[in-house]
Parts: sequence; structure tokens; C-alpha cells
Amino acid sequence: MFRSQNSAMEDIGIKDIKKVIETVYEVRGIDFSNYAFSSFRRRIKRFMELNKVRDFNDFIRNIRESEEYVDNLIKEITVNVTEMFRDPTFWTFLNNNIIPKIKFENKLRIWHAACSTGEEVYSMAILLKEAGLLKSASIVATDINNNVLNVARKGSYPIRNQELNSKNYELFGGRRSLADYYMQTGTRVQFDKELIGNVDFLCHDLALDNPIGTFDLIICRNVLIYFNFELQEKVVQTFVQSMAPNSYLGIGSKESLSWCKAARALEEVSYEEKVYKKSASGERP
Amino acid sequence: MAGKIKIIVIGGSAGSFNVVRKILLSLPSDFPIPIVLCLHRLKDVKKGFVESLNLSSRLKVKEPEDKDPVKPGYVYLSPANYHLLIEPTHNFALSTEDNINFSRPSIDITFESAGYSFRDKMAGIILSGANGDGARGLYNAHINGAFTVVQDPTDAQFNLMPGETLKLFKPDKILKEDGIVEFIKSLRINTYV
Repeated sequence: MFRSQNSAMEDIGIKDIKKVIETVYEVRGIDFSNYAFSSFRRRIKRFMELNKVRDFNDFIRNIRESEEYVDNLIKEITVNVTEMFRDPTFWTFLNNNIIPKIKFENKLRIWHAACSTGEEVYSMAILLKEAGLLKSASIVATDINNNVLNVARKGSYPIRNQELNSKNYELFGGRRSLADYYMQTGTRVQFDKELIGNVDFLCHDLALDNPIGTFDLIICRNVLIYFNFELQEKVVQTFVQSMAPNSYLGIGSKESLSWCKAARALEEVSYEEKVYKKSASGERP
Repeated sequence: MAGKIKIIVIGGSAGSFNVVRKILLSLPSDFPIPIVLCLHRLKDVKKGFVESLNLSSRLKVKEPEDKDPVKPGYVYLSPANYHLLIEPTHNFALSTEDNINFSRPSIDITFESAGYSFRDKMAGIILSGANGDGARGLYNAHINGAFTVVQDPTDAQFNLMPGETLKLFKPDKILKEDGIVEFIKSLRINTYV
């Protein structure tokens, strides 16, 4: 936690946060102004603490002057910890109740929005492989941050994460052992490249960029929690526009669309697992 | 002082469950201040905790969803495997960032964000626990003006969490279990016991 030497740093306030947002936008064109305040403030504090920032003006100057510094800052703000088969019951529900209902024509089109380091993309690929559908799938996985996309493309993860991943995989009801999908080298594991043979990893900012296609299934779990109401509304609207007739959207287990106008076009399939459907007409039945 | 406290945030880990039960059992259904419980819990056990707390409570116990407003009449329990934050707009916000002090939910995060958002309108209480999580968060809330209470380490089943807190600062009160129950009841009419 905050072992800050400078007690003033303990209390970075709204004005400081606005200054950071402005400066990052100036130098990078990435707009964090609609991110949820408390988490954003925490990430900034954490970055300042890790980088031993003593003076706020120095901090702003560094953002202006060093490209690497801004890269690291953006990474600290946006990178989130994810795990394979996080919330195993969600993946079981997807496997048993959703995927079999999708009547796709040519390819089963899936979008992982804000996929971070790709753990859920690999989870999906494993699920599809075990359902015999991997070769029929066309997956697009996007994130705002190219560094995390590179991690996802590479498919190399620390061995220490595999205990949790394996446990989740078992709870999900995986047919094999998770270890069947990777090779261990030293302290890392390399996931099977075949899993991402049909995956396109693309840089995409949900806050700014337009829809990227039409999909049968969109997965965006524990991303909306980092956005304020306004940005959540915009992003959900992008999703609704990107959904084919009879398609599905899955969000995080404690996220909510109940207040969201754009979500009126969707029907709740499962409150527990937070899965929503766009009906054939696009109208709510 | 009258009507000052608008939120009560309680952090606890090992050994805190019975104190929490006792607190909830003592409160009437019209208790006017929202209560937020940030308790360490198993990551993959999502069901059962809210249900068992509801058996001990006249107030409705629920796990907030992202962006839910903080409302009186409710006891909010931090959901499994998420950090629980409170926004300056007095809405909840969730986060899946890394464990803090090996914990998600981390009590530090909830105390810190609630203290920032509610300042001197927050009462923060730290209970028994075998982990130092919560100490720095409560200290931070104290700096922002929150009224702070620490369970007497000699009374706590596990004294590390209250002990670590007392190393950082002097809280407004150090109380035993029964004292904590009385203190919370007294907030209703805002006459601190």
C-alpha cells in the first residue's frame, strides 16, 4: 500500500487527476476522462508510488517528456489482472447453454473486447476446441494497449499462475488437464499456438473507436467497471451495434446493465452469469 | 455531530465473523446509516455468505453490483474476488486489479476510497484478522477525517490486523466487541458512546 514518504502524495485529488488526464490526452490522444474515478485515482497513486514520484510537477513533466514513461503509465492504468476461466460457472454456462444455441452461418464470430493479456481468449479457444468448434470460429481480440496484445499473441505465461488456472479449468468442467495445452520451459509455460490460429489481435480503444464488425458472441468481462456511466453507455451501444441477430453478450458477474439505455435492446438470459441476448429482430421481445 | 456519519465501513478477516453477526443482530430494521462490510473471503465461493449474514440481520444484506448507489437500510458485503471501492458520487465501484496484501477484496482499498469520498462523514471500524490488510487504509481514512475504531487486540480472536493498525496511528476509539456493538447503535442518534 501507500508507503509514500510524502504525505501530500497520499491525497492526490480531483484537480491533480484532471491534470494527468489532460496531459496524457495531449501527448497520446488517449482519453481517460470517462474512467471510473476511484480506480483511476488508485492506479495513478500506485504508479507514483512504484516510481517514487515525490513532486507532482515532476510527474507531469515526465509525462510530457518521456515516451517510455507514458507507456508505463498507460500500462499501469489499463492492465488488469485476469485469469483463465475466471468465474468457472460463467464458462460452464457458456458451454452448455449459449454456444450450442448460436446458429452461425459461415463462422462462429466472437469478439473479446479489452482482452488484456489474453487469458480469456485462450479459455474460449480451449472451450471451443473441446466442443469441436475451434476450426469453425473466427475470433477478434482487442485491447487499447499493444504491449498486452503482444503478451496475448505470444501465449507465454508464468508457471505460478497455472495452479489457479488449472483449478478454474477443472471447476469449469474441462475434459482434459490444462497442462495438455501448454509446454513448460523453466518458470514459464507456452500455450499451444493452434489455439489462437483463428484469432486476430487488434489494437482498439473502446472509448474512441468504432465498431469493428458483426459478431455472434461478444465477451467483455470486468472492463465496464473501470468506466463511468457515460462511457459504459457508449461502449454498450457499440456492442449492441456489433451484435448479429440472435447473438449474445457476456459481462462480468458483478457488472450491471440495468441502468443502461442501449441495453434495452437486449434480453437477460442469465442474471447469475450476466449473459444477454439480442433477439432476431433486434427488438426486445 | 448530529446526523454526521453517513456511512459505516467495517473491515475484518479471521475471527471477525462472530463480531459482525453480533453487530447485525443488534441493529433494527430502520437503522439509518448504510453499512459496508469488507471481509476477507474465499475467492471461488460466491454463494452462502450473504445468505448466512441475512439470517442474522433485520437489515437487508447484499453484495453490491458495480455503480449501485450506497443507500440506507442496507448492509453491503464486498463480493468475492473483487475489490470494492466507493466513488465520490457515493456509488460503489468494483475492480479486479491485483491482490493487495494477498487479498481481493482488500480492506485497504475499501477504507481508502470510502475515506476519500466520505471524509469526516465516515466511521471506519477494524476487527479481528490474521493479516495486516486494512491498517493502512484505515490510517488513510483517518487522515481524511474519518472517525476510526479499532477492536481491542486483547479482545480480538486474531490480533494482527488491529495490532498493525495501532502501530500506524491512534484511532478515536479502541473497543471490545460489546463496545463496538454499542458504538454502532449509538451512531443512529449520533451520540458516540
